[in-house]
This record gives sequence, C-alpha cells and structure tokens, in this order.
Amino acid sequence: MTPFVVSFKLALWTMLILIPVGLFTGRWLAFAQFRFKPWIESIILLPLVLPPTVIGYYLLVSFSPDSLSGSLAAQLFGQPLVFTFPGLVVASVLVNLPFAIQPLQLAYGSMPMDIREAAWVSGLSTAQTWWHIELPLIWPGLLASATLVFAHTLGEFGVVLLVGGNIDGSTRTVSIAIYDHVQSFDLRSAGLYSAALLVFSLLALGLVRVTSGSSNLTTPSAAPR
Amino acid sequence: MSEPRQEPEHALSVALQQHRPFPLDVAFGCHAGEMLALIGPSGSGKSTVLRSIAGLHTVEQGLVSCAGQTWLDTRSQHDLSVQARGVGFVFQHYGLFPHKNALENVALAVPAHHPRRQRRSIAMSWLERTNMTGLELQNPHALSGGQKQRVALARALARDPSVLLLDEPFSAVDQQTRRRLYRELAQLRSGLDIPMILVTHDIHEVQQLADSLCLIHRGKSLQQGKVQTVFNRPETKEVAKLLGHQNLLPARVAKHDDQSTWYQLGNCELVRGPLNSLPAATTVTLLIAPSAITPRLEGNSDTPSINRLHGCTRDAVGMGDEWSLRVHLDNVKKSLRFRVPTHAVDAAIVIAGQRVSLDILSSGVHAIVEGSQT
Repeated sequence: MTPFVVSFKLALWTMLILIPVGLFTGRWLAFAQFRFKPWIESIILLPLVLPPTVIGYYLLVSFSPDSLSGSLAAQLFGQPLVFTFPGLVVASVLVNLPFAIQPLQLAYGSMPMDIREAAWVSGLSTAQTWWHIELPLIWPGLLASATLVFAHTLGEFGVVLLVGGNIDGSTRTVSIAIYDHVQSFDLRSAGLYSAALLVFSLLALGLVRVTSGSSNLTTPSAAPR
Repeated sequence: MSEPRQEPEHALSVALQQHRPFPLDVAFGCHAGEMLALIGPSGSGKSTVLRSIAGLHTVEQGLVSCAGQTWLDTRSQHDLSVQARGVGFVFQHYGLFPHKNALENVALAVPAHHPRRQRRSIAMSWLERTNMTGLELQNPHALSGGQKQRVALARALARDPSVLLLDEPFSAVDQQTRRRLYRELAQLRSGLDIPMILVTHDIHEVQQLADSLCLIHRGKSLQQGKVQTVFNRPETKEVAKLLGHQNLLPARVAKHDDQSTWYQLGNCELVRGPLNSLPAATTVTLLIAPSAITPRLEGNSDTPSINRLHGCTRDAVGMGDEWSLRVHLDNVKKSLRFRVPTHAVDAAIVIAGQRVSLDILSSGVHAIVEGSQT
C-alpha cells in the first residue's frame, strides 16, 4: 500500500468508528448533568493539549505484549497492536476523540430544549425524537465532526510514528512519508505529498464551514503536533 | 401536603409538592371544556406546574389524574411517560421543528394509529381550523409570531389530547396579533371538550379567555374559583394585591341592616357593602373596586349619598381619553385609585389639592378577613 492508501484507510476507519461514538457521547455530555462531567470532558479533551508523543508513549507502553492491556488486545485482534495497522486505528480513534465529540456536543447543546420536549409531548419516543428531530438538526455538527476527524487523522504524525513505527505498506502514512523524504533530501516528493495534504485539508475545512452556513463554527483548536 | 379539591367531576385533578429546587405546593382541578388560568408573578412556579402535568418535570410528591386515568401517583410510584399522557402543549416559544414545514410539524403529532395519508389530512384540517390555510408548506422561519403560534396550537390539538396546556402562548406576539389570537382561541375552544390550562401573568388575558383561575405565588396555590369571583372577592389581602388591587382600606364592621353591612373607616366615616355575617367590630380590609367609584367636586352634588367618602386629589395623570386619579381620604390616611373618562368629570377635579367626594357603589365593596372568606 502506498502512504496515501494507508493514510486514507486509517482516516476512513477512524471516522467510521468515531461517528457513532461521537453521536452517542456528544449527546450524553450535552444533555446529562452529573457530578464528574467536567472530569469526563477533560479526559476527552486531553489529546488537544498533550503533545502527541506523550500520548504515543502511553499507548506504546499499554499496547506492549508484555502488559496486561497489550496481551488482552493482542488476543482480541489476533495480533499485537504495536507497529500494526489495527494498533494504528485504535491509537487514532483515541487521539481523535475530542475532534469527534466536541462538535456534536456543541450541536446537541445548541438545540433549544423546547424542540425536544415538543417532540415528546407530540408522542415521539426518545429514539423517534432522535431520528426525526435531533439528527436533522445536528447534521452540520456531524459533518464537522466527521470531516475534522478525517482531516486530522490524515495529518497525524507523532502518535502514528510512535505506535505504528514506519513500516512501508502497513503503517507508513503520508505525514511520515513526508518526514522520510525530507530526511533523505527528496524535497520534490515531500513537496507533492505536502501540497496534496494542504489542498485536501483546506477543502475539508471549507466544506464544513460552507455547509454549517456560518463562519463562527466552534471547533477544537489544533493540538501541537 | 395539600390535597386536591375532591370534586369527582373534575376531568383534571392536580396536587403537587416539592421542596427542591424550589418549594411547590399546589392543588387544583379543571372540568372538561373549562379553561383554567394559572396566574402569578414571574418565577411563581406556574410553568413548572404545567410541565409537571405534562410529565416534563418530576416533583417529589404528587397526584395527577385526567379523564379517569392516573398519570402520576408518587405514593404508588406510578408515573406515566410524557408520550403516554397524551397532552397538547403549546410552548412559550412554540418549540416548532425548524426543519419541517407547518404541515409536517402538525402531522408528526397526529397519533400513529392513523394511516400516513390520513395523518396529513387530519393535520390539514387542524391548520384550517387555526386559520393557516395556504401556509401549510412554509417552514417556521418564514412564519410570523402569530402564525407560529397557530401552528403550535394546531400541533397540540392534532394529538387528540386529553388536556390542552398553554404556557404563556401570547407573550411573544405584538398587541394587535394578541387580540386576534384571543378571538381565534375563544372560537376554537368552544368546540373542545377537554380541560384547558393557560399559564399567564396577565390578568386582562385571564379575564378575556379563562373561565376560572388559580392564583399561584411562591409555589403555592392561594385561591381558585371563577375568574370574576376570585378577582372581585379575593380571600386574602395577599391575593388582592397579587391581582393588582390597590384600593385596600383598613376598616371595622360597624353594624348590619336588612340588606347591607356597614364598615367604619378611621374614626367616623361609614361605608356600606353587601350583607355578610361578620360580627360587629371585626377588623377587615375593605377592597373597593375602581369601577364602583364616582368622583365629584365636594359640595357640588345635589343628590344625598349615604356611601360617600371625602378627600382631596393627590395626583392625576391623563391617559388618552381617561384620567388616572389618586384621591387621598381624610380620615383613613389612605388613597383610592381609579380611572374616569375625561368627558365624565369636572375638569377641576384633576387639580392637585382639590377637595372631592367619592360616591361608592355598595356592590363594589368587599370585606377581606384574613383566614376566611366573607
């Protein structure tokens, strides 16, 4: 697999896994009131402030076949997670949690309460209310969430390098390929990959803003890479 | 906990109590076809009562039954879901689904046992009854406040509800639209045989729309009854003040005759009111309806009056074709406030300091004894 295929495959898997996670967790955090909510939110936001190498280090240690979590994961996936594509997906999902959940939490939270209550008194069950009322109204948030996760995964470097290594055809993503090309003074290839990522990221973010119909869409600030 | 007034014919019976997050202790009933207004100042808990009836708020202790079915009984931990209660609810800001047009908004509330096509025709007929013909395919953002309110009402009724709950439905529309909506609601409700609860803080709205009212203050229901009865004959001074009455005078029962009870104000002045059975010398608060007061220049009346108070004009404010007058009474050191049409009084009356006499219609006099009704 070329680095582009690896990157897109990784981004697609991460996005597909995080869409339901974001829809569920975002709704829960927007509507539920409980004592430890600020701490749960803080844990989810951690990847935004921690250097990716720190997260990568902890994931590397916990994925190690010598650790309990690593051996359990190895049994679950049929292979160790370190330096493999499934390990890369798990790491990517964890790192992208804030990008998946925050836009959806904001979208659910900005929905006037009386709209949901009006659906209930109109006889709609919680599930029907979610399908007929909530989902169409949080659609821009869902699009923002999916696009941010996809674009952010394409650009992820630190965690991918630590957890995935740099195995050509398996865990070597575009961002790592750029690093490799620069290291070997192949600036032309590095430039092509970089330009491709730049154009894609710009298109993705532009699409989110155009679809949301507003220029003040609140999204998580980018983490230091 | 206060028990609901046990009148079995009440189609809706409500008794609610909680201590947190704010105290609530209310009990009232409503007949089928009756519109009961829950009135009280902002923050008195009336919207919470409405939400509790709908099942949108959970109280610590409560009993809610409607049309012979128990919706909530905390003693037996019976609590029917919002969906199962079958209420029609018009929210203060309407709560219309912004991504659905008027017809879809209403059709979504039509009970699911109707076939899909029939649901649309039922929704159409409700939009027609709420004067929304021609606007069925408009989305809420393209509708005016009054039109949104009509869609919200159509949606609430399309549910074929057991009770109609209206949470300050006219607060977000202008005065002109409000008057038109009053008329439309009055027409519409004549064909509805379910209890209707209107939450408002506007006594004029209550007088125009409701049959009865329940006054709520600081989470407590203070008095329930027919609108005119509660308004003209409040049981306590607190109720009178909350209903906006200002003409409250301290008095004592002086005597009774065949038709009237006489009250002494201050040292000597006597005022006559409807006959009651209060013992002589009972201390009361007299409520004098502004409509029962006729002012004259002192000494300018050739008709002798046995129900005449004396004082001087304290201030007068011109309000369109009316004067809003405040007359300070001689003996009781209190003022009476009332309005008179500008063409009906001597212009000199409005001059501050002018001596005036006030003829009081005895039917407009009501005695309040704290703790009992006269």
